[in-house]
Amino acid sequence: MERRAFLKTIALVPAVGAAPLRPIANPAAPGPAFFTPQESAFIDAALARLIPNDELGPGAKEAGVAGFISRQLGGPYGRAQTWYMQGPWREGTKEQGYQLKLTPAEFYRSAIEDVDQHCRSAYGGKNFAELDAASQDKVLHGLEKGGIKLARVSAKQFFDMLWHNTREGFLADPMYGGNRDFAGWKLIGFPGPRYNYVAEIEQYGKPYGLPPVGLMGRDPNRRIG
Amino acid sequence: MATRLPAVDVALVGFGLTGSMLAQELTDAGLKVLALERGGFRDTVPDFAIDHIQDEYRYAVRDDLVEEPERETLTFRNSADQVALPMRHIGSFRPAVGAGGAAVHWNGQTWRFLPTDFRMRSHTLERYGKKFVPEGMTIQDWPVTYEELEAHYDKFEYLCGISGKAGNLGGKIVDGGNPFEGARKRDYPLPPLKRSYATVLFDKAAKEVGLKPFPCPAANTSKPYKNIYGVQMGQCTFCGYCEWFGCGNYSKASPQSTIFPVLLKKTNFELRSHCNVLRVKLDGSGKRATGVTYVDEMGREFEQPAELVILCAYTTHNIHLLLLSGIGKPYQPGKGEGVIGRNYAYQITSSVDVFTDEILNPFMGAGSLGQAVDEFNGDNFDHGPHGFIGGGYIALWTTGGRPILQHYLPQDAPSWGSGWKKAMKENYLKACSIATHGSVMSYRDAWADLDPTYRSSYGDPLLRLTFDFHDNEHRMSSFLTDKAAEIGSAMKPRAMHVKQRKGHYSIVPYQTTHNTGGAIMGSDPKTSALNRYLQSWDVPNVFVMGACAFPQNHGYNPTGTVGALTYWAADAIVNQYLKRPGPLVHA
Repeated sequence: MERRAFLKTIALVPAVGAAPLRPIANPAAPGPAFFTPQESAFIDAALARLIPNDELGPGAKEAGVAGFISRQLGGPYGRAQTWYMQGPWREGTKEQGYQLKLTPAEFYRSAIEDVDQHCRSAYGGKNFAELDAASQDKVLHGLEKGGIKLARVSAKQFFDMLWHNTREGFLADPMYGGNRDFAGWKLIGFPGPRYNYVAEIEQYGKPYGLPPVGLMGRDPNRRIG
Repeated sequence: MATRLPAVDVALVGFGLTGSMLAQELTDAGLKVLALERGGFRDTVPDFAIDHIQDEYRYAVRDDLVEEPERETLTFRNSADQVALPMRHIGSFRPAVGAGGAAVHWNGQTWRFLPTDFRMRSHTLERYGKKFVPEGMTIQDWPVTYEELEAHYDKFEYLCGISGKAGNLGGKIVDGGNPFEGARKRDYPLPPLKRSYATVLFDKAAKEVGLKPFPCPAANTSKPYKNIYGVQMGQCTFCGYCEWFGCGNYSKASPQSTIFPVLLKKTNFELRSHCNVLRVKLDGSGKRATGVTYVDEMGREFEQPAELVILCAYTTHNIHLLLLSGIGKPYQPGKGEGVIGRNYAYQITSSVDVFTDEILNPFMGAGSLGQAVDEFNGDNFDHGPHGFIGGGYIALWTTGGRPILQHYLPQDAPSWGSGWKKAMKENYLKACSIATHGSVMSYRDAWADLDPTYRSSYGDPLLRLTFDFHDNEHRMSSFLTDKAAEIGSAMKPRAMHVKQRKGHYSIVPYQTTHNTGGAIMGSDPKTSALNRYLQSWDVPNVFVMGACAFPQNHGYNPTGTVGALTYWAADAIVNQYLKRPGPLVHA
């Protein structure tokens, strides 16, 4: 069968049962911005240390990752929309995974408050965003390695979530608001989602020459939502 | 009050891979078949169209095509002395929801098990003696042989358009294929895929250390292909978006790309989507199913009478439904009695990341584009000196270079900051990873039952998994990982990161969607839920498909064997059961 004729038969598949062809709700869809101004100050400062702007190119802050995280927390991810959130709630082993009643958005809110509180008591009343870079790095290392204990939530768990979401924003398609100007993809040499490498796959050791392209095309500033 | 609907011949619970295959075969036999699917209908266009499907964040990170635990999850603990807690979001394994099931978002790695795998217990006792099997290990022989399944493996491979190279044609070893595989009557339908640079480097290194590498069998088409039902597939373009994505190119075998175009036109087939089956209904004797009850999207309850009920949902859901419906005796580990939930097993994996000086372009790939060695799988080597049972393949796959989840960094790379950035820049294009894919034996203390505390939004108790890796699996996996590191070293890398699988099994990080057992097939109703035709010993008009039938898990991805078993069962239903409904095996 010719490919065109084949595609036609696919399109003509009869309607089945109670199965309307409707768009699937996107669990990655950005929602409204979640962070308050004070939370944004924390996130901006943390992102500037996690993936700094340096001689290799823009960092997470410049790539729009703060907005990415804020709008993800305002959307289905932040609400734990697809998670099983019924009690009873109790602490489990690390092998049993996340067992908090907090949604990711609520978790961020509590954790940022706790980190700022820690900074104010350890650094003479200053919030995280007001510290110098070396002190900020020290705090981040303390969260990562567990040297800092937070009032309500696990420091390590918060660091892991923040660092995961930071990398996601830096390396996801720019239509989600991060990876602005393909900053993340240009850094590593990923040319974006492309359709066909049949001609190139056996050109061993050769760089792939074309510049990055996103799902919304070459314009790195087109967004969804 | 449930609304009673007109009867059908066959009610299929779940419309994934096995459901689609059975629907095709049983409608061909003239039966009126209804598939009940808890998720929605999905097709290549519009659901997997290439204008949106290559979205790593949406599909691979935020799990768009996989099941949502929101309404119904399972609980998990490592051992009986712990309290099981709910898996609140998807982690270690990723079953699907929606038409096509997990065969929509799989990689397409399609293997046959070894002939000796099917005689696991007898073979082990014969070669190594009774003392070799540790206390508490409950491995069993399969009630079917490789030779009996060969034609059904073949049919499944010709359904999917597998690209590969035979290693054993009718007993004759063929150069360049897997010399350890069981004898096959004919070669794969398509030649192997083109190779990525990383697989070429692996191939060379494996030969240098004295192994016999071969191209992995792939449900990604190396050429255009017309399958056994006359459905046309297109050539894979190596876009690198197989696992967690649907294929927009008609190149990865899925029900959509191999069966739907024919099946959905049939007037004796009906699909009802967004219908969640809650029970298989039994008559007063408890020995005959009268149909199923399900809830639709609006919360309405229906009773669907059927002559034959076939469970085609994911492993864990099949076990759950058997327990909730009271089919078969629930397994009790204390006494070692009962069958439903017995011999739950998984897969043990590890990897060795290899950092080269050359540009590998990892983003040019396909889900089952890989090169493997099979010297350390099954009983392909003498286990005597090692003292463990089982094995696995070692492969270098180039499934893609998706930036969030598929980048590798050397062990000494800083975990964040400017150093991380530098490491990302220096390594993304030049790194690859060797995977080990190990078997997991079955044990008396690894099982599934109903949770005493947590419930689904339908009010039913959740399924509870009690599972951990045992010493046998850790030692086997460690052995495999050392072998993988030997190959990695022969690739002469500038850095290597050996990632052993250590400690307790965790439900958090993704490992594989290869959950097995819990409703196993066997020769004795005291130690198995299903007979050799996947028919319930207790309720003969109920059949159960899928990897829940595996007595233990072997060192390969399960889908090839799941496909072969489905065709084997379909053949028994059409050619034996329909002529004489009732038990096909008398215990």
